Amino acid sequence: MNLIHNRPDAGGDAAEGVARNDVEAVNAAGQRDLYQKRQQIYPKLVHGKFRMAKWVFLVLALGVYYLLPFVRWDRGPDAPSQAVLIDFPNTRFYFFFIEIWPQEVYYITGLLILAALVLFLVTALFGRVWCGYACPQTVWTDLFIAVERLFEGDRNKRILLDRAPMSFNKAWRKGGKHAVWVLIAAATGGAWILYFHDAFDLLRDFFTGQAPLTAYLFCAVLTFTTYSLAGLMREQVCIYMCPWPRIQAALTDRESLNVTYRTDRGEPRGRHKKGESWEGRGDCIDCKACVAACPMGIDIRDGAQLECIGCALCIDACDDIMDKISRPRGLIAYDTDDNVTRRSQGEKPRFSFIRPRIILYVVLVIGVSALMMLGLNTRDELGLHADRDRNPNFVVLTDGSVRNTYTINVQNKAYADRALRLDVAGDPALQVQVLGVRGETVLEIGPDRTRLFQVFLTVPPEAALRHSIPVTFTITDPATGETATAESFLVTGAAP
Amino acid sequence: MAEHEKMPVDEITGVETTGHEWDGITELDNPLPRWWLWIFYASIVWSIIYMIFMPAWPALPGFDGHTRGLRNHSERANVAVAMSELEARRGPMFEQLQRVVDDGGVTAILDDGDLLNFTLAAGRSAFGDNCATCHGAGGGGGLGYPNLRDDDWIWGGSYDAIRHTIVGGVRWDAHPDTRFSQMPAFGRDGLLTRDEISAVTDYVMTLSALTVSADADLALGSEIYAAQCASCHGADGRGDTTQGAPNLTNNIWLYGGSREQIQASIHRGPYGAMPSWDNRLPEPVITALAAYVYLLGGGETLASMEEASLPAPQTGQPG
Repeated sequence: MNLIHNRPDAGGDAAEGVARNDVEAVNAAGQRDLYQKRQQIYPKLVHGKFRMAKWVFLVLALGVYYLLPFVRWDRGPDAPSQAVLIDFPNTRFYFFFIEIWPQEVYYITGLLILAALVLFLVTALFGRVWCGYACPQTVWTDLFIAVERLFEGDRNKRILLDRAPMSFNKAWRKGGKHAVWVLIAAATGGAWILYFHDAFDLLRDFFTGQAPLTAYLFCAVLTFTTYSLAGLMREQVCIYMCPWPRIQAALTDRESLNVTYRTDRGEPRGRHKKGESWEGRGDCIDCKACVAACPMGIDIRDGAQLECIGCALCIDACDDIMDKISRPRGLIAYDTDDNVTRRSQGEKPRFSFIRPRIILYVVLVIGVSALMMLGLNTRDELGLHADRDRNPNFVVLTDGSVRNTYTINVQNKAYADRALRLDVAGDPALQVQVLGVRGETVLEIGPDRTRLFQVFLTVPPEAALRHSIPVTFTITDPATGETATAESFLVTGAAP
Repeated sequence: MAEHEKMPVDEITGVETTGHEWDGITELDNPLPRWWLWIFYASIVWSIIYMIFMPAWPALPGFDGHTRGLRNHSERANVAVAMSELEARRGPMFEQLQRVVDDGGVTAILDDGDLLNFTLAAGRSAFGDNCATCHGAGGGGGLGYPNLRDDDWIWGGSYDAIRHTIVGGVRWDAHPDTRFSQMPAFGRDGLLTRDEISAVTDYVMTLSALTVSADADLALGSEIYAAQCASCHGADGRGDTTQGAPNLTNNIWLYGGSREQIQASIHRGPYGAMPSWDNRLPEPVITALAAYVYLLGGGETLASMEEASLPAPQTGQPG
């Protein structure tokens, strides 16, 4: 539905200070060339509560991103004291009180599932608020546009500057903008690598040329992607590269609070002269302030659409106009499709936050969180695996007894030295010998360590008549009573 | 010069076609995407830069194979550097191993978990490269190739004996300290008759309690054994590790324990050889290798040398 074109021009200014914007939605309906070049979008600065919310969120999000690597977390002398650290060399992942070993990546899977569910929930409730406020693409693009505005001025000035021939003025403004963009992009890439090493050490090494090559490489890659995605590609990332706009349609419904143009109030639209009556016409004066403000270059009055990231800047822009023409705010607002229908039929609008899908998402979020917390709280701090040597499968000794060799992998996830007792059950005649352990079979292991032990199990000739003997390795921490077991078996070469 | 013909234009899109047609389908001559072209041009520029800096072109005869490039890059040199770096990294650990073994003997390795795991890892990799061909990847051996994981040792199973065998080899003439012994080929060389070999085979089988047929001439066998075999294998058949004579009284048979196999061994007099690894492997690697083989579970020596290390038989609970 295209409501913009072929509308008779009403002419004249509506109110003091309301200028008409010479702007077309980039996705306006009509014949478009498949190979059409990208139309540059010049979002106009708006003021209002949603713009302020975006500034606040931008500062918070970037603040967390840039400062988090420097937050310390004491884990004792043998572990890194960085609160959030992905430690690839030592295969550990630290997130405040959570420590994850490589075989426990399902916690990360759980976190991702949780993130997806929360995203579903928020989208079903409030539309694409993630895209509009929290998505890194939005946050950095917003920042880059702010820098652009700083150097080149607001929308109209930027358009004029782009049309103007090259001059010293244009050169320094453009050059300065790109220089600051590159600086921000480099800081983005620079902060990223801090999550993979001790931040303070790496920062020093980075500037003295001592950091590993991968650090420079990833810093360069992220500098490049930040600069090109947030500076140059902007809305194209959301429209062409991101899958989320395609999914969101399935997650929002007629009861979701989307950024909505209230057609019931706005139509029929048209220019409005000062002093003219508002009878028999809508509140929309077709000033296109909403289109000029949109960072995606669309016209929200065309309804919910794939390109809309739900940033609500059009609401701020429209509210400003409404104030100037002395009409109530909220011609564009967070509203539901059902409410628009209800009002146009003379019913009262209402909001139903409790809907089956909302209940489902909430239940799932709570369920997954509970499972994760349960998993984390009952996480074993002791691990044991037993690998039987298969080459050779078994060894016959001079007296006819049979021996199998095992490599057992003991994991101590606690930050303390441990002395663990090893018991092997399976056959009363079983003889246990651990290489490097004298006397009692006590396995010593350092804090937060994994250690391998060679274990020999021998059965005398009588027991060796059985083909296969199931054995169970058990390690016990006498201090805490914790145990871990591993199943294996012993083969003798006797016919089954 | 061929005249450039105007290509037919596709009606629907208004785009020129290439003029190629397959079953009525013609190909549109759309321009290549700009981003693709830019990457293509960038690749050309990159290839020229690459050719300037890196070895690229085969050179004319007499000009040393190929162009060197400004960076003088050589993968062979890189490998050499990587190898020396690896050696530098491993070196201290090997030195520590050598020092520990020299000072405290092989059992001292057992007191240091890290050193033990290093020794096992280094030994395993050296074993895989040099010994696995004959003794099997896990040291399990095979017919004619001793099993290194059991508790029967032809030349002795102490750390020092194992090391000696590795250094000198077995029946390896080129090394002065090689292990040497030779069993006569009683049959092939006509020292014993077919019947005598048959009788002594039966007698040898009784030494390790193998079942022999009722009509076996054990008296003749015993007589021949005493005369021909006892000097090396011992009157009671327990062998002698000082001269590499295998123990005949246990369950372990290097050349097979069936009647045919034992008889064949007496007939031909086995002459298995192992190369000397002296000067082939660095000293510390030989140390790691000997320790590794020793620690594979050499029973006899592990038990006698480290009485303390062997726990009393554990009373396992029935599974």
